Amino acid sequence: MNKPGGAGERRFKRFGLRKKNIESGIQDEYQLLTVRQLMIRKFLRNRMALLSFIALVIIYFVTLFAGFFAPYTARTSDSKLTYSPPMAIRLRDPESGRFHLPFFYPLRGQRNMETFQLEYVEQLDQRVPIAFFVKGDPYKVLGVIESDIHLFGSSNPDERLHIMGSDVRGRDLFSRIIYGGQVSLSVGIFGVLITIAVGSVIGTLSGYFGGVVDDVVQRLIETIRSFPQLPLWMALAAAIPPQWPPEWVYAGIVIVLAFINWTGLSREVRGLVLSLKERDFVYAAEASGASTARIVRKHLLPNMASHIIVTATLAVPVTILGESALSFLGIGVRPPMVSWGLLLNDAIKIQNIVLYPWTLFPGIFIVVAVIAYNFLGDGLRDMVDPFSR
Amino acid sequence: MSPVRAATNDALLEIEDLRLHFPIKAGLLKKTVAHVKAVDGVSFSVYPGETVGLVGESGSGKTTIGRCIVRLYKPTTGSIGFRTAQGVVDIAQLDKRALQPIRRDIQMLFQDPNSSLNARMRVGDIIAEPLEIHAIGTRDERRSRVEDLLEQVGLGAEMYNRFPHQLSGGQRQRVGVARALSIEPRLVICDEPVSALDVSVQAQVLNLLSDLQGELGLTYVFIAHDLSVVEYISDRVMVMYLGKLMETAPTKRIFERPTHPYTEALLNSIPKRVRGGHRKRFVLTGDIPSPVNPPSGCVFHTRCQYVKDICRTETPALRPLPDDPETSVACHLAEEVALEPYYTAEERRDLESDRA
Ligand SMILES: Nc1ncnc2c1ncn2[C@@H]1O[C@H](COP(=O)(O)OP(=O)(O)OP(=O)(O)O)[C@@H](O)[C@H]1O
Ligand SMILES: [Mg+2]
Repeated sequence: MNKPGGAGERRFKRFGLRKKNIESGIQDEYQLLTVRQLMIRKFLRNRMALLSFIALVIIYFVTLFAGFFAPYTARTSDSKLTYSPPMAIRLRDPESGRFHLPFFYPLRGQRNMETFQLEYVEQLDQRVPIAFFVKGDPYKVLGVIESDIHLFGSSNPDERLHIMGSDVRGRDLFSRIIYGGQVSLSVGIFGVLITIAVGSVIGTLSGYFGGVVDDVVQRLIETIRSFPQLPLWMALAAAIPPQWPPEWVYAGIVIVLAFINWTGLSREVRGLVLSLKERDFVYAAEASGASTARIVRKHLLPNMASHIIVTATLAVPVTILGESALSFLGIGVRPPMVSWGLLLNDAIKIQNIVLYPWTLFPGIFIVVAVIAYNFLGDGLRDMVDPFSR
Repeated sequence: MSPVRAATNDALLEIEDLRLHFPIKAGLLKKTVAHVKAVDGVSFSVYPGETVGLVGESGSGKTTIGRCIVRLYKPTTGSIGFRTAQGVVDIAQLDKRALQPIRRDIQMLFQDPNSSLNARMRVGDIIAEPLEIHAIGTRDERRSRVEDLLEQVGLGAEMYNRFPHQLSGGQRQRVGVARALSIEPRLVICDEPVSALDVSVQAQVLNLLSDLQGELGLTYVFIAHDLSVVEYISDRVMVMYLGKLMETAPTKRIFERPTHPYTEALLNSIPKRVRGGHRKRFVLTGDIPSPVNPPSGCVFHTRCQYVKDICRTETPALRPLPDDPETSVACHLAEEVALEPYYTAEERRDLESDRA
């Protein structure tokens, strides 16, 4: 740029131009990485988040291919095995002490003449091997390809295997949990997609333009948020007409759940826009004549995307819990759909919990999914600011 | 570098009685309870090819003037005449559509290169943005133009795919310079472009700016809060206080014969480098008053060491000095009090021979 010792150099001598070569550029590894690389690096450093992410990928994969992973469909019932307890998968014959490939002992119900309860006893003389890639109930992969191969199941179609027990109509709880996951987990995703769409658009508009629109939106959000969450959900869910088909009810529940969540995201986005629009790079774009659409697209959204993703991730477990609560109370999704909350509805009576404690299994799945999402959200939050070391 | 000035209507930029009063809103109904008089009746002209320094303490309204010129803010009143090929237009009155072509001619260089570059964009895309907005050239043409610009500001084309965080502060400011120059503006508002930089890098960026001015025939309005920075780069200096101009004069005169007590005070705040050591000096004390309720009369009277009764009641107008029409001052006492120069003509000669 300047000839060494040229007029320019001399003129500004008093600024103490030293030979120190700050200008040569890249100083450390941190500067070698792109923004995305920095973010991924930070995320990988958070072990719990990584673990949760892997767990969630597995859970979603299994529910997506529920037909294959579940030994039965959600509706296959068996009147001989109502409320059967979980059956143990064994490798060793307790009498002979010999090891076998995985097998189970089928159960037979006997009426206890004192309590009049149906009690199940293992038929120790009938070892039923567990088969893998076994033919069973027909289903459709992703709703299109017909198949009847299941990952595992009883090798004898007459002796049914319920690894997590069965319900009042003898339906396999494990299979129902997998199918129920389709509803419970997708409600979270769809609910959050609506939340993101509505929340970021409204938040951006009200933050960027301010004025009357902003005032109205903020008052509306305050009003919605001044209600306690669950009762508001319940009131809205109760307004869904009972004669609607189950798919509509499902969509209705998704919208009801998103109805509160968008307010949180919208506030967050508004705050981000308010601070970003005062940043010099936005002024620079405006001074160059950039349109509002361009500023939002090129400058605001890319700088908010990671925040939006974090907030959205943390909203998924809230939505999952919301669906479970509504379905548990009987105002969420309706049979024949299954969801984890709906399955838990079997445990709504204390008597059932005592007699059939395995009806609580769906609750474990809810808890695991919720915790995993929270850890994931925490990990993503660290990632949002990749420049802090 | 001194501009040739035939007549006033040669001016590239002619600002007349510019005011920007930011409303302060309070309460539930957002009622306007008061105004921040950030810029309060400022008039000046800028001639093609010159560099005008705009100097004043923090909060005096320098940035606000700059942002009015690039129309990031709409002035409350006043006009900003800008000379184009089609004649003089009043930037203050233009709407968004009509402003678009003007935006090619006026660019702004920002103070803090950390916040003036979008962290999520690559250097090349940042510099190309003004070109893209004004749909200049094809994608390939823009790319080669950006690579040329990178070379021109001393960065090298290999910086094209870097992200801002991968650059040093000085390099980032060079990217800011390249962006401002990409659409070949005629006027660049430099808002304290070196204040956030390491001292050793400041000189490099100032050199770059002054070299580019020569090559591209640019006109600069150079904002600084310290007279020492504008000393070398400016042809003329405007001293601003609380939204008003106190003094405008050729740079040389400002340092040798300050006319406004505020200018004197600013000069006294620069560490002295001249032989002869320290003289007893008056130093500004207290804070700049609030621009919501500026003092009556001369806004500087609350801190002026020469204050007289007239200063408290009557507002002095900015008037050219009879003996030197190049210099204007807003002070009742301009002719009465003798102010201390930063250096005498003799010291300046010494200093210059030192440098040479
Ligand atoms: N958007 C705004 N809304 C309200 N007041 C503002 C706004 N921008 C600036 N001000 C006020 O106007 C006055 C002048 O501000 P300005 O930023 O122009 O000063 P400055 O001379 O550039 O100072 P600095 O040296 O700190 O950059 C200050 O009192 C400031 O608080
Ligand atoms: Mg400023």
